[in-house]
Amino acid sequence: MALLEVRDVTKKFGELVANDRVSFTVEAGAIVGLIGPNGAGKTTLFNCASGLYPVTSGKIFFDGKEITGLPSWRIARMGAVRTFQVVRPLKDMTVYDNVLVGAFLHDANTARARAAAEESIRICGLSEFAGKVSGELPIGVKKRLELARALATRPRLLMLDEVMAGLTSTEVKTALELIRAIRKEGITLLIVEHIMEAIMPIADKVVVLDGGLKLAEGPPGEIIHDERVITAYLGEKFSRRMQARKEGKADG
Amino acid sequence: MNKTFRRTDLLWLAFTGLIALAPLVPAIGSNSFLMHVLILVMLYACMSQAWNIIGGYGGQTSFGHAVFFGIGAYGAGMAVVTYGLPPWPGALAGIVSAAVVAVLISYPCFKLSGHYFAIATFAIVEIFNRMFLVWDWVGGALGLDYMIVEEGFANLVWYDSKTGYFYCALTLFALIFGIVRFLEGHRFGYYLRAVRAGQETAESLGVNSTAVKLSAMALSAALAALCGAFFVQYNLRVDPAMVMSLDMSMKFVLVTILGGAGTLAGPLVGAAVLVPLQEFTRAKWGGLGGGVDLIIFGLLIILIVVKQPAGITGIVRDIAKRRGRKAAAEKGGASLGTA
Amino acid sequence: MDTLLQVLLDGMLNGMLYALVAVGLCLIWGVMDVINFAHGEYVMISMYITYWLGFLAHVDPLVSMFAGGLFIFILAALTYRLIIKYTIGKPPLSALLATFGLAMLLKNLCLNRFTPNYRILSDTWLGDRTFQLGAIIVPVPQLVTALLALAVIGLVFFMIRSTRFGWAVQATAMDKEAAELMGINTERIYLLIFGIGGATVGIAGGVMPTYLAVHPEVGTMFGLIAFICVAMGGFGSIPGALVAALLVGFVEALAGYYIAPVFKYVAVFGLYLTLVLLRPRGIFGW
Repeated sequence: MALLEVRDVTKKFGELVANDRVSFTVEAGAIVGLIGPNGAGKTTLFNCASGLYPVTSGKIFFDGKEITGLPSWRIARMGAVRTFQVVRPLKDMTVYDNVLVGAFLHDANTARARAAAEESIRICGLSEFAGKVSGELPIGVKKRLELARALATRPRLLMLDEVMAGLTSTEVKTALELIRAIRKEGITLLIVEHIMEAIMPIADKVVVLDGGLKLAEGPPGEIIHDERVITAYLGEKFSRRMQARKEGKADG
Repeated sequence: MNKTFRRTDLLWLAFTGLIALAPLVPAIGSNSFLMHVLILVMLYACMSQAWNIIGGYGGQTSFGHAVFFGIGAYGAGMAVVTYGLPPWPGALAGIVSAAVVAVLISYPCFKLSGHYFAIATFAIVEIFNRMFLVWDWVGGALGLDYMIVEEGFANLVWYDSKTGYFYCALTLFALIFGIVRFLEGHRFGYYLRAVRAGQETAESLGVNSTAVKLSAMALSAALAALCGAFFVQYNLRVDPAMVMSLDMSMKFVLVTILGGAGTLAGPLVGAAVLVPLQEFTRAKWGGLGGGVDLIIFGLLIILIVVKQPAGITGIVRDIAKRRGRKAAAEKGGASLGTA
Repeated sequence: MDTLLQVLLDGMLNGMLYALVAVGLCLIWGVMDVINFAHGEYVMISMYITYWLGFLAHVDPLVSMFAGGLFIFILAALTYRLIIKYTIGKPPLSALLATFGLAMLLKNLCLNRFTPNYRILSDTWLGDRTFQLGAIIVPVPQLVTALLALAVIGLVFFMIRSTRFGWAVQATAMDKEAAELMGINTERIYLLIFGIGGATVGIAGGVMPTYLAVHPEVGTMFGLIAFICVAMGGFGSIPGALVAALLVGFVEALAGYYIAPVFKYVAVFGLYLTLVLLRPRGIFGW
């Protein structure tokens, strides 16, 4: 069953159509990638799904219940939690306290929330920064803080908005391992990502947006052969490279 | 890592215990000027701490707390003067009404940003002030004057000795500081600070920011009303200018800012600076040197805002940090030397 | 009918005075996004200057208002240099709190030096002169103030809209950093805007002792009303502040006459709350 369903969602800013009748589903337990060129409407769709923006038309369902128009805190409480592409640390609070705010979502008890926060901090490799004021951290650490904070809420659906952008290739590797580990915990993931090489190997399904429209939806293996996706976005070279890599793997 | 109990908590308990012994000190006694200053320091610390909940931790700079303070004062005052009752039921009614009024006012005003919110709260104080001036039921411009009633805790009135008031103020202090300390370590306190630091971010983590702000405002107003009830019992009279004025509102804000907003110790530090300044200059110059305390206070506020917006506690923290760094640097230097 | 006309005229004249007090605040708010809480105290100090010049040297308010303007220009420029400059980039309400400290300082300095007594200046040129216009009585000092307000507001508006300096001010207000890259000395712009804002309110305070008593608390209410006019008019819009000031004048006069004098400020502040809650960015704001 689909954990998240986006049905015919349109979002307009005045005359500008940022999302045009977009529909797709995120199956429970899956990793779904949301990709597309700059300005394709990925983040807007994310903002609609997480309740930050009201949709112009269309409906969004989470776990079978309609969440269209609900405030973001209510959606978060139902178990769909997001991170922000432009990081938003609660600046004058420490890393630990930031994550603790997240942890309080599933448990009001301070001691248990602390335990959850500490676990989340450890998983995301933030232990050495726990006592630091979050506004003064380097960007890579702030990105991990976004993730740790969302993870501490123990979500059912984790929506990651370009958590890997701006990271070094080693950091991307660590992030990918982390995402796999999160999925093993039974958390469903919807990931907006720019780095193709990062998302393709881990995603069960990829949704491609372009100019506000959904271009394609399917397993990564199919998507890289999709003519429209190739011309609009991926480019011939990338498609061939991915294909080659896949065949190489099969050979090995 | 269990941080629910902090080492500073012991200091606070020791401090409160020490203050409780103050009436035993001969120089303070039961009715001295020092006693009066001590009581006022505690009262102002309590008022500022009440404001600190929404203004400091919650980051919503309300200039309207004189309204809630006044409602509490009038609640107790009317119970005694108008209805001949003990102040308790009136204080309770005042606390509840203040919380209700706070929620009714704040709900629309929280939609306003920055300066607009500030000016709206000013406007509300002025409106309440005028309404109470002409409202006969609450005594109008003349206010309410206490008649002689029996002394003691039942009526919360004492005439000769201030010891009773002192322990009331101390209880109030322990109660309000205890509440805020409790909140600091629990979910509500974290949510409140999260809303101040970034409302949208907090909401993305499941925090209902409107509910958090409104409950903080209601709690803050209720505690301010409680302080108002004590204030009227201590002064034995109330009128709109005493309690519901812009100047009174600003005291809530400025004492906290001076000490350090959003910290547990800030309100106490601010009150411990302002009240003696106010009381000693008034005692020294009386009516003749009118306003000297406020001239100095104005200057202090300018200096604090310009130099260290985190208040006196911020200055202390900076000094401590610098010392720590210096010590660390010396240590580092020494170890290098031995190597 | 005649009473209504009289009330409306009084309201309009008062509104023009509020506009004159508010225009400087509006300028500062619009360009720098700063509320100067000592604005009302500038009025009060300028009133004292006029009063003492009149009382000791028999200078008429119509002359000494220029002295008031000049003095407050300097005072405001100092306020910027010594206080406001350091609050930029600090938490949002820093300037408001610091200037509240300044207001306390100034108010109590005057209280300390001049006592809380009300002082009235007699034997001024305009004095209590009035003239009849049909059935309504027009007070001359208030009328002159209203004309003065029009002149000053017009001048400020012209300065911002049509001079080189004004363009630099507008550029600074829109985007300080971009203006700096274009070679505008924004520091000097801020200083001058604060000074000019002070000068206009100095002129307002200078002319007021002709028909208003001077005392240390007199500025507070004018300051508050000026905030309300500016906030209602919308983010730094000078025409907006003028319209709002007239509206405040009318509401105040009508409520004061037809309900009860004590309710006039209740009506004014109530008007502000209603308007700002319906249009959170003011009449002319976005």
